[in-house]
Amino acid sequence: MPVMSYIQAVTTALKEEMQRDENVFILGEDVGKKGGVFRATDGLYDEFGDARVLDTPLAESAIAGVGIGAAMYGKRPVAEMQFADFIMPAVNQIISEAARIRYRSNNDWTCPITIRAPYGGGVHGALYHSQSVEAVFANQPGLKIVMPSTPYDVKGLLKAAIRDNDPVLFFEHKRAYRLLKGDVPEEDYVLPIGKADVKREGTDITVITYGLCVNFALQAAEKLAEEGIDAHILDLRTIYPLDQEAIIEAAKKTGKVLLVTEDNKEGSIIGEVAAIISEHCLFDLDAPIQRLAGPDIPAMPYAPTMEKFFMINPDKVEKAMRDLAEF
Amino acid sequence: MNNQFPITKIIDDDGTLLDTSYEEQLTEALSYHLYHHMYRIRTFDRKAISLQRQGRIGTYPPFEGQEAAQVGSAYALGEDDWVFPTYRDHGATLTFGADMTRMFMYWNGRVEGCVPPEGKRIFPAAVPIATQIPHAVGAAWAEKKKGTDNIALVYFGDGATSEGDFHEGLNFAGVFQTPTVFFNQNNGYAISVPFEKQTNSATIAQKAIAYDIPSVRIDGNDCFAVYFTTKEAIDAARKGKGPTLIEAVTWRTGAHTTADDPSKYRPEHLGTDTVDPLERLERFMKTYGHWNDEKIAEIEQTCQAEVETAVEQMENASQPNVDDMFNHVFAELPDHLANQKLAYEAFLKEES
Repeated sequence: MPVMSYIQAVTTALKEEMQRDENVFILGEDVGKKGGVFRATDGLYDEFGDARVLDTPLAESAIAGVGIGAAMYGKRPVAEMQFADFIMPAVNQIISEAARIRYRSNNDWTCPITIRAPYGGGVHGALYHSQSVEAVFANQPGLKIVMPSTPYDVKGLLKAAIRDNDPVLFFEHKRAYRLLKGDVPEEDYVLPIGKADVKREGTDITVITYGLCVNFALQAAEKLAEEGIDAHILDLRTIYPLDQEAIIEAAKKTGKVLLVTEDNKEGSIIGEVAAIISEHCLFDLDAPIQRLAGPDIPAMPYAPTMEKFFMINPDKVEKAMRDLAEF
Repeated sequence: MNNQFPITKIIDDDGTLLDTSYEEQLTEALSYHLYHHMYRIRTFDRKAISLQRQGRIGTYPPFEGQEAAQVGSAYALGEDDWVFPTYRDHGATLTFGADMTRMFMYWNGRVEGCVPPEGKRIFPAAVPIATQIPHAVGAAWAEKKKGTDNIALVYFGDGATSEGDFHEGLNFAGVFQTPTVFFNQNNGYAISVPFEKQTNSATIAQKAIAYDIPSVRIDGNDCFAVYFTTKEAIDAARKGKGPTLIEAVTWRTGAHTTADDPSKYRPEHLGTDTVDPLERLERFMKTYGHWNDEKIAEIEQTCQAEVETAVEQMENASQPNVDDMFNHVFAELPDHLANQKLAYEAFLKEES
């Protein structure tokens, strides 16, 4: 089975979907000739041409809006926001239009668009190239938000997003692009959107997280295993709508839950995860639900020392896991 | 649509005077001032690239090739005017009076770098594209309301003209006749997208027609054309004649940022016929007897020494302190942030 990086899995999924369905096309800033600022669309312009890989004007609202129009027409657009931070001009299109089209047309119209955007910090990207913006969209019924944690998941989930009949936001962790490598089957496969995935079976504590933090939690779990602490790790995969059943099962399994996100703590998606656990698992818990998150400051600092203060890393996760295990 | 906006120039590529109506104003003193500023910001720019390559500052967006556009426009501003830069306009803000040490600090990831010297009206550089354009309309409107004759000048690139904020800002300025100068640097590329794929319009200047705003298209590498055109637009704004859009046609010699490689998307022969703006001024000065080798050598030494000193000061600045992360989120620190700050202090102690 080939080993590929997280970003190669993005490119592979895009390429295979474009080969499979001629309705699939890509639009975004610098996605064509340059192959994307991270090179996620590398080679696609050469293979599919400028009719299916569109270098657009610098206009995020139109990238989303034109994509929405094409999706309602019957195409399968994959729109790229160059950085999640720059999705903001497109929020009106995504929330007011994409998320509501099926509902407000009494199911007559659909909007099968996929909007990809790199998010997250740890790359000295500073304020406008490091943010986690998923919580902005995570209370908009009609939208699905997928945040994969491994190259295997990227390929299966991105294909699922493109084939999904509703709009999907697909956030890729930019530090994971080249940091994470893993086995990715050559054959065509899709993974279910809306389902979480157990990444490690364990009995002592439960960690629920998503995106790059899954890798940090797995690293921490291996270290803690040497101390006799056996961690159960649930990867949310889809952060909206949440897989409530999987969350409840994972929380009940050990009775001690740590929730991890790189986003700001207040108002992040893990607050909703905590609420689900509180509603359903109160008498199964042996410790208060713990949250490890970024501080409630507007953005990731640039200066390396301060960026380290903000970012989640394996050491921080390990400490939080140990504290919980010892509770 | 035919191009109704031919590029206007005052001097030609070879330095000869084309528009003789400016002859008396192209003094030796003005030439030296502009040359000094252009040489100064180029020295800064090249130093910054070299620091980035050595890992001493972060990702950096160079402006080489755009010195005449940035210096000529900023030099035309009045002391109390307002400037709204993007991340590539630090040449302009340095010319207007931003502090060089702080500028290096900004590119080394320090928020202190966004703080202008006392009394200098420079907004923090905008990184999201075109967001600063409506701001310049708002500040200009407020000055007009207040009854001053101060104006606001906003910088933006060719890519920014595709964003809604550009059109909304221009329209507002037209409706409220704000004293705003919209200074566009059309440097040919928005990262990898060439101007002809950015818009179907032959020029950026013509976009002002829709908003009934006067506009002009100039040679952005001719520092005199930039200076005098901007000055005329500023004067008009000061006199209550409303906004102007200036399209300064220039060329981004280098990459979008130090993280970019233009050879992947930009044919190498492009731009080779563009005469460097400093060289062009040098030719003019030599032709008209303004060039003095000793004086120029002195300018160059002064600039190099200033840049070296600023780098030293940036590198000797105290390390950022954890409090900086929490103290300026709100005017007053809320309790939950005060607690997070304590938790971080504890974390740091454990780390050390």
